[in-house]
Amino acid sequence: MNLETIIPEMAASVNWKLEGNHLLSKDLQKKALSVLENTAFPTTRTEAWKYTRLAKIRNGNFVAQQTQLTSNRHQIDSNAVSMVFVNGHFAANLSSTEFPEGIKLLALSQMEPAELAVLGTDLPLDGELFNAFNTAYATDGVYLHISANMHIEPVIEITHITTGNSSIAHVRNILIAEAFSKAQVIQQYVTENAATCFTNVVTEVSVAKNAFLTIDKLQYEDESCFTVATEQVTQAADSNFTINTITLNGGLVRNNLNIAVNGNNCETHLNGAYILKGNQHVDNHTVVDHKVAHCVSNELYKGVIDEKATAVFNGKVFVRKDAQKINAFQSNGNVLLSDDATVNSKPELEIYADDVKCSHGSTTGQLDEEAVFYLRARGIGEKAARQLMVGAFVGDVFAKLTNEPVKLRVDQLLQERFEWNFD
Amino acid sequence: MLKIENLHASIDGKEILKGLTLEVKAGEVHAIMGPNGAGKSTLASVLAGREEYEITAGTVDFEGKDLLEMATEDRAREGLFLAFQYPVEIPGVSNVNFLRTALNEIREYNGQEQISAKDFMALVREKSAIVELDAKLASRSVNEGFSGGEKKRNEIFQMAMLDPKLAILDETDSGLDIDALRIVANGVNTLKSDNNATIVITHYQRLLDYIVPDFVHVLYDGKIVKSGPKELALELEEKGYDWIKAEFQH
Repeated sequence: MNLETIIPEMAASVNWKLEGNHLLSKDLQKKALSVLENTAFPTTRTEAWKYTRLAKIRNGNFVAQQTQLTSNRHQIDSNAVSMVFVNGHFAANLSSTEFPEGIKLLALSQMEPAELAVLGTDLPLDGELFNAFNTAYATDGVYLHISANMHIEPVIEITHITTGNSSIAHVRNILIAEAFSKAQVIQQYVTENAATCFTNVVTEVSVAKNAFLTIDKLQYEDESCFTVATEQVTQAADSNFTINTITLNGGLVRNNLNIAVNGNNCETHLNGAYILKGNQHVDNHTVVDHKVAHCVSNELYKGVIDEKATAVFNGKVFVRKDAQKINAFQSNGNVLLSDDATVNSKPELEIYADDVKCSHGSTTGQLDEEAVFYLRARGIGEKAARQLMVGAFVGDVFAKLTNEPVKLRVDQLLQERFEWNFD
Repeated sequence: MLKIENLHASIDGKEILKGLTLEVKAGEVHAIMGPNGAGKSTLASVLAGREEYEITAGTVDFEGKDLLEMATEDRAREGLFLAFQYPVEIPGVSNVNFLRTALNEIREYNGQEQISAKDFMALVREKSAIVELDAKLASRSVNEGFSGGEKKRNEIFQMAMLDPKLAILDETDSGLDIDALRIVANGVNTLKSDNNATIVITHYQRLLDYIVPDFVHVLYDGKIVKSGPKELALELEEKGYDWIKAEFQH
């Protein structure tokens, strides 16, 4: 960036030491840079950022750092095909070298410029700072292409490890499930000896005709770190897409999940669980855009918020004018475990069609003390009683996880961080 | 087994129990009757350890231990059981799961080994039969969607599972039709032994046709004002509570 010409309010003025591999096309990068030069950081006056302050990210002195790790102790599924990235750079030494038939799986940095030049063009950039930063400065990411008609047995596990002091990573992933294919992906975000790091990741997902794709997204980063994670998803006719977002640690986490349902007869499942304590701030923004008829979407997000933590949920469901016979359900539930815990929940439905079945709901409450007393009166200790209640509350989200190793890891992390045993 | 002496308890600064004294020995069934507002449920709540109540005077000795010093869960682990007047619905927590946790915590407290899954399920089958509780209800969420009668039967089922030394039935009969009442009473009678004791708190004499008490106490204005054999209940049924009120009003 040419610092002399940048207006101080604009995003491009940040004091971050970035590096870009110029992965995507030059034109795209130029466009992204110009967005950064002309767009200010959103404030809490911006509706989409009303409850999430970005000062700590904006004012951070992040430095892009390339670091090598000698082992990956985060692997969830030992049978998975694994791709590991450290601080936004592909870690070939920690990644799988053999791949099942039917997928093309590699790091963007391993691809030909001609292949890369056509990628990433569908991501909105105007006014979207984090998309623009990502497009301009992505250092690497996954390219996954699942061939038509292929059912990929092993899970594809993508691990992003952040390490170091104030490191910054821009990661771009591209996942393509071709027609009639089926696959399961794990995306996990973890830290190792990390403090005040920032990760800005964009995952573009294309689910083609009659394809089945499931993503389990597991976030467990250090409490001092920041993450903005965006999934930009498109679904073609008859496809089935599920994403389970489980956030168990991280200082400031913002998830942007944007799903455009472009074809008829699609199914979309969005499940989320966030269990927070300390000063954590976790913000889930989801958009499901039903553009055509005869589709179903189901959204269930639940959170448990303790100590001084804050959760934000904003779920939008659009049902466009010609999208008749849509069944769209959305539900967000929160339990506050302390007087200082906060939640801001905003479910939104915008319906322009007249023959649809849609519902949304949001609840926020505390644990039912009468129920806690009831359990104690049967001999269950107070801590165990509260845990049983919390487990029952978020249990229906965890029940949506179909991948056993992911379930086990979630249980293990809950035990580690909260001393909770959910089984 | 239980020795309550001069118990005073208040809630929000209002005194409800005003010097209650009662002794219950192993093998006995005591009925506590009284008009609305006499303090019947307060007594049950105080014994179970509800924290909203403040104990201002008196002592409660349970098997040689100071009951009032114990946390609610420890009272249960020592063998005290309260059948709730209004059993709580707990969505997402399965009846059997919760009972297994409870049973194992009680066993651990008493230095016993955890119950095996097989033995536990056998126990569930045996005990649910006592109150004719459908096995399906046993595996559902605690009390969720249960009818009034099913909830009360579930209380007695839990009592059967936990095998307490002292059971306090807080208006377990209220809201039950005659068939459910018979099942619940039969369950309580089946569980009765020389080593345990039962306190039946009720507003109506009806329950006492099925659970025959050794002693009947009349609770009025926070005190036990009259005690007698089971015939006292019939007298109360016949005359109502007004004569008690007239006698003890000040």
